[in-house]
Amino acid sequence: MIRATKLSKFYGGKRALGPVSFEIADGETVGFLGLNGAGKTTALRILASDLRPSSGSIEVGGVDAVADPHAVRKRIGFLPENPPLYTEMVVADYIRFAGELRGMTSAELKKRLPEVLDVAALNGVADDPIDTLSHGFRQRVGLAQAIIHNPQFLILDEPTRGLDPVQIVEMRNLIHDLKQNHTVLISSHILTEISQTCDRLLVLDKGKLVGSGSESELSKHEGDIGQITVTVRSPSGDDPKAQITKVLGAIASVTKVGEPYAQGGGFTYSLSTSKDVRAEVSRAIVEAKLDLLKLDYARSELENTFIRLVGGADASN
Amino acid sequence: MRATSIIYKRELGRYLRSPIGWIIAAAALLVEGILFQSQALSGEQLSAIVLERYFYFASGIPTFCGVLLAFRLLAEERQNHSMVLLKTSPIRDTEIVLGKFFAALTFMSIIFVLSIYMPLLVKVNGKITFAQIFVGYFGMFLLGSATLAIGMFASALTKHQIVAALLGAVFVLIMCMLFPLAKRLDSPVRDVLEQVDLWWIHFQNGFMRGIINLKDVIYYLAVTYFFLLLAVKTLEAKRWE
Repeated sequence: MIRATKLSKFYGGKRALGPVSFEIADGETVGFLGLNGAGKTTALRILASDLRPSSGSIEVGGVDAVADPHAVRKRIGFLPENPPLYTEMVVADYIRFAGELRGMTSAELKKRLPEVLDVAALNGVADDPIDTLSHGFRQRVGLAQAIIHNPQFLILDEPTRGLDPVQIVEMRNLIHDLKQNHTVLISSHILTEISQTCDRLLVLDKGKLVGSGSESELSKHEGDIGQITVTVRSPSGDDPKAQITKVLGAIASVTKVGEPYAQGGGFTYSLSTSKDVRAEVSRAIVEAKLDLLKLDYARSELENTFIRLVGGADASN
Repeated sequence: MRATSIIYKRELGRYLRSPIGWIIAAAALLVEGILFQSQALSGEQLSAIVLERYFYFASGIPTFCGVLLAFRLLAEERQNHSMVLLKTSPIRDTEIVLGKFFAALTFMSIIFVLSIYMPLLVKVNGKITFAQIFVGYFGMFLLGSATLAIGMFASALTKHQIVAALLGAVFVLIMCMLFPLAKRLDSPVRDVLEQVDLWWIHFQNGFMRGIINLKDVIYYLAVTYFFLLLAVKTLEAKRWE
């Protein structure tokens, strides 16, 4: 189990994280979700014993990570945002070097290296210098160094960053396989990715933990919150923006009318709603003698939850 | 110290396989050979004087190559993000610094070995002893150890390799200019600065002339220890930044 208590980190006088407290049980796959600068990387670097926290405590498998970081590092595999590669080295030599640094013996490496090359699908490039590999393969090499010593906890910071769609799917499958044998912590700012991979989410915003739970737990309070996108035109050709805003704003359950923008010969509005009010919106527009050109309704629970947790419209911009 | 050995092997392999190390070695040997031929061998001199002159110019190898071999050691790791691998492995910062330091020192020793034909030529054609040659190289080894440690400290300060190289060069230059500077000052500041000088007092007045003074040996070991310790503490401090 990982237990963080009132963890915080300052860079100079600037608070990057905390205070945050959370627990991660053995075998869980937990996602750290947040916008850029939310403190995800700082949190993961502290968990990986790369950084020391400014205050607070952290226990990894019952070991105090501040007092005994070496014991913690033996149990953790870390893939940072930029894989820590020696690009002049051959793939197999690099992974062997990473294993030696983690205290593995030659006999252990001899047995483990083929397994890791197999898991990370690196058999075809094992003898290639890393600087000749594509970004996707480099990411796999980074993952291989993180799992070579078969750590109990695997920490992956934005593992699909910079990958193409095919590579993203491959990496996702790889992480899915790793979940069977490791407690996995992943950070991402991509909602769909993290919701597909993780059992539980920790939502960070401006260094604070603003939400925690499974996707369904986080979104259960959202009800039918959704977003209606409507494109309207005035038959007379006048500029009807003020009138339309007033008409739409008067509809019950419309909580916010966004700034309009010109599109398709009319003006498009985004409406935040607490329930599905497409009928009311279309009726109000027709009754105001305006032309309804287009109307869409989107209800994405996790996305709404995320936007609500990290500060509403600021997050969507 | 197992981790020191692992890092040492990787780092030494890097020097031996990459062109950069050999380019530094070739440039150093070329300049040294030219100076040996044009300066040390000029005129009719006693062979002991020729050997002194040789070590006078040859001490440029540890002075300049120390900085050139060391500036990238830690800065490059941070610039390329590979330092994370070392810092999240169960090894101490001391082991990281020592592994890299000994690898650079070994490569510098290889350059020394490649230059040994010059004093051997003096030995064959003159009346010097192997002991004189050994003392001169021992002094260069200690001087190189000190400049490498200074270069490593500079490398620990920043992730920008160029900045690290400039910082290292400035530190070494300042420490080599303390003696000329001290001559303009009064005692006791003069006495202190003279003793802290990296080259004039401890190398030129001792090892270069075939004399081993214990205080010179201790001085170079102390400078090496001091700057390696600073490099280790700098790495540790960066975890708290």
